[in-house]
Amino acid sequence: MTTEAPMKAPTIFSSELAARFDKLVALYPARRSALIPMLLYAQDEQGYVTDAAIEEIARRIGITPLDVRNVLSYYSLLRTKPVGKYHVQVCTNISCMLRGGQELFEHCKEHLGIGHKETTPDGVFSLEEVECIGACSWAPAVQVNYDFHDNLTADAMDAVLDQYRKQAGK
Amino acid sequence: MADVTLTVDGKKITAPAGTLLIDACRKAGIEIPAFCYYPGLSLQAACRMCVVRIEKIPKLQTACTTPVAEGMIVATDTDEIKQSRKAMLQLVLANHPLDCPVCDAGGECELQDMTFKYGAADSNFVDVKNHREEQQWSPVVYFDRPRCILCYRCVRVCGEGMDVWALGVQNRGVSSVIAPNGGDHLDCEECGMCIDICPVGALTSDTYRYKTRPWEMTHVSTICTHCGDGCKTTLGLRSSSDGMEIIRGDNRDKSGINGDFLCVKGRYAFDFANHKDRLTQPLLRNAEGKLVPASWEEALTFAGQRLHEIRDTRGGEQIGVIGSNRATNEESYLLQKFARSVLGTNNIDHHRTADYVSFAKALAGQEQRAASLREAETAPAILLIGGDPTEQHPMLAWNLRTNVRHNRARIYVVNHQEIKLRRQATSFLKISAENYSAFTRFLAGEENSIFGAEATALRETLATEPNLLVIFGSELRGAAIEALVRYGLSLPDTKFACLGDYVNSRGAADMGLYPDMLPGYVPVQQPGAFATEYGERFPAAPGLDLPSMLDVAARGNLAALYVVGSNPVHRYGVAAASLKNTFLIVQDMFLTETALLADVVLPIANLYEKAGTVTNTYGDLQLVRKAADRAGVRTDLELIVRLADTMGADVHALVPFGQGTRADMGQSRGAQSGEADRHAVWLAAQNLEPKLSPFDPSALLDEIQRLIPSYSFSRLELFAGNDQHVQATSKNNALVQISNLSQRPDGVLPSMDTLFTSGTMGRYSSKLTEVHDSRNKEILVAAN
Repeated sequence: MTTEAPMKAPTIFSSELAARFDKLVALYPARRSALIPMLLYAQDEQGYVTDAAIEEIARRIGITPLDVRNVLSYYSLLRTKPVGKYHVQVCTNISCMLRGGQELFEHCKEHLGIGHKETTPDGVFSLEEVECIGACSWAPAVQVNYDFHDNLTADAMDAVLDQYRKQAGK
Repeated sequence: MADVTLTVDGKKITAPAGTLLIDACRKAGIEIPAFCYYPGLSLQAACRMCVVRIEKIPKLQTACTTPVAEGMIVATDTDEIKQSRKAMLQLVLANHPLDCPVCDAGGECELQDMTFKYGAADSNFVDVKNHREEQQWSPVVYFDRPRCILCYRCVRVCGEGMDVWALGVQNRGVSSVIAPNGGDHLDCEECGMCIDICPVGALTSDTYRYKTRPWEMTHVSTICTHCGDGCKTTLGLRSSSDGMEIIRGDNRDKSGINGDFLCVKGRYAFDFANHKDRLTQPLLRNAEGKLVPASWEEALTFAGQRLHEIRDTRGGEQIGVIGSNRATNEESYLLQKFARSVLGTNNIDHHRTADYVSFAKALAGQEQRAASLREAETAPAILLIGGDPTEQHPMLAWNLRTNVRHNRARIYVVNHQEIKLRRQATSFLKISAENYSAFTRFLAGEENSIFGAEATALRETLATEPNLLVIFGSELRGAAIEALVRYGLSLPDTKFACLGDYVNSRGAADMGLYPDMLPGYVPVQQPGAFATEYGERFPAAPGLDLPSMLDVAARGNLAALYVVGSNPVHRYGVAAASLKNTFLIVQDMFLTETALLADVVLPIANLYEKAGTVTNTYGDLQLVRKAADRAGVRTDLELIVRLADTMGADVHALVPFGQGTRADMGQSRGAQSGEADRHAVWLAAQNLEPKLSPFDPSALLDEIQRLIPSYSFSRLELFAGNDQHVQATSKNNALVQISNLSQRPDGVLPSMDTLFTSGTMGRYSSKLTEVHDSRNKEILVAAN
């Protein structure tokens, strides 16, 4: 793999994130170890991993954009398409499933009028059926962006969604 | 490392500690199947075919990732293992199309072999197969996604082996797919290694796909006709309406100097042989000044008589001869012998691409200092000055990369360009193009302010390298080579390699295609044995070099010019009018710029269509076998002999054939009646006649070996297909003083070929042109 120092070039990220990336790539014995956190932070800032982000991250680490895509495409957590302002991730793994996760997911579909990996026309919500999010003790659980909502019922879910809808304009 | 002893299937085997179990077993003749394991590449352990049972380990283990250990007891062939392999195959076949009857790989497919062996034809997976259309990724590479078994061989050979990193694996689990770096296409060096290494038919080449079946071809291993590395290539041939046609080029048997490596030229650029413009009849210029087809008899008689007449009326010094970088050693040797002993001229030269004369001079008196191409893969430290192996010597570049990867070799690159190999280099020093000569003197200790601290540090590091391999490009000539070699010789056990451009550029030099040098770099002024060998017409004074011949011709003082497999008019930018007073004979495959001006054009066979030997730029001598055949063309060797014959020369003096060798043409009675001498049959099958005809190259090889002491090698090894390393000069040559060399113009004109060009011939390769054009288009698009 190439060992060339990355070129200094204008960044597409905020100056804080760019500074964070500068630190990250120097943190590990191998530069490419910083790849996954960089992708995640880039996604957090931009909503999804854009082509421009792939190019820049590849350049910062000194690997090919293809290498970045190889890793990026492996993780369902990382996405290359935009999602809604609030990304509703419903767990249907075993614990949640036993406690009505599947029904909850069907309810969300109906409530939002969208399916798996789809976004509402107003761009506020997107929905995704996900694997275990580590909240088994409080199943069924849903993750909206980075916030957890647990012990949900259909009504509780509606309340959660309504609250987000209210926030959306702000 | 120390050996360890282990037991495999009840058999005691020994292997050096650290050896992988799979290698140790294979070496001991115990077959362990594997799709993903590939010697020389990183370990993947993806296919699970190599699983074995190791005592005291609860689960089956992959032999490809397990190093051998003392006392290990291994079973490789139990029912449990067979069942496991069968299950793996069923998984692989779950979505693998059963289109073997139309698949290119059918008949030489590793998955097919394994399925036969483990009987996985039946399956528990009854789901509908997921079909995807094939994709064309480049002018060369096609991808058939459903056939892919995700062994990652292509990904690794492209990245680790080629340092191109154009292939990756995307997605996960059953959705995993090999992906090219351009999204829907490949941006790469088009070497075809990924296709070659694919165990199934997932990657196929545009050149070969759907053309034939493997068992319908005959295979002949010979030497690639392109660059100076001289890779062995195994050509797949099929009979066509006018001879034997080359369908495929690869080196899958991993034999020879290059293993399984070939670049785009070796693999796909054999198609010039079938170009529609290929000449297949002699042409003569008629009274109206047009080139018209003629019979061989007419053309050769006319050419021979004119040469005879010119020699006798205007003298040999009015005749010039230009040889080829792609002809065999035997042909080059014969050409200069013909020039010197029949035409009576030393006006003989070729398109020089490296200063082999200075290299030979600098190494005179040394033994075993010239390195073989093989040593680039094993030398602990390499100094690479000038040249761009990735573009011009792909095999050398492959060896250097492999050496770094496997042996952590240290490569010190000094170049005026940022060549790609700097990525594997321990250090890269950029100097300006005009400073190579000064740099060689700087290395030897001469202080020079143009070289900074970095250069000084390099010089100090090099002084600590005991087994340095010095490889230099054609930027270095004359005094620079001498200075570099003198410097290298001051270090212990240094070896050298000089990079020239074409398959037999070194051979042409070794065989004396020079106006002032005889075969083996013997100066014309001190011809030694050659004085008597080459008869009365052999002139004592050196002749004209190539540019001088063209100058003299332009002044109207060159009566005849005989050009063999060369295109000087294009290469040296000669005006058409300057050859109008010269009787021009051109031997070529195509109507090149030079051939267009000729009075006689003789169509020739290319390197794939003849037998002989070639010497690569490192001095590795290899056997060229006749593979393809084309009606209507003849070898250079035959044409030179026939020309000499029509001139009335003694052909026996020119070619030592039919002397002392007598073929038994078969007995007329007895148990063996009707059977010809088996040896003669074998020779004829290899297109090596038992020296009964003047067209037998081995008769000339006898003479080459007799007169060039440095060409000492094992004939047995050579004919067995192994490369034999020869030195530029032998120790005996040291007695001959090469005088006034420093004032001698080197006359080197590098061809500046890239991965996708190959002199004049490259223009006639459709695949090479297509790749070249598609790359240029991309560069243009990118620029806009």
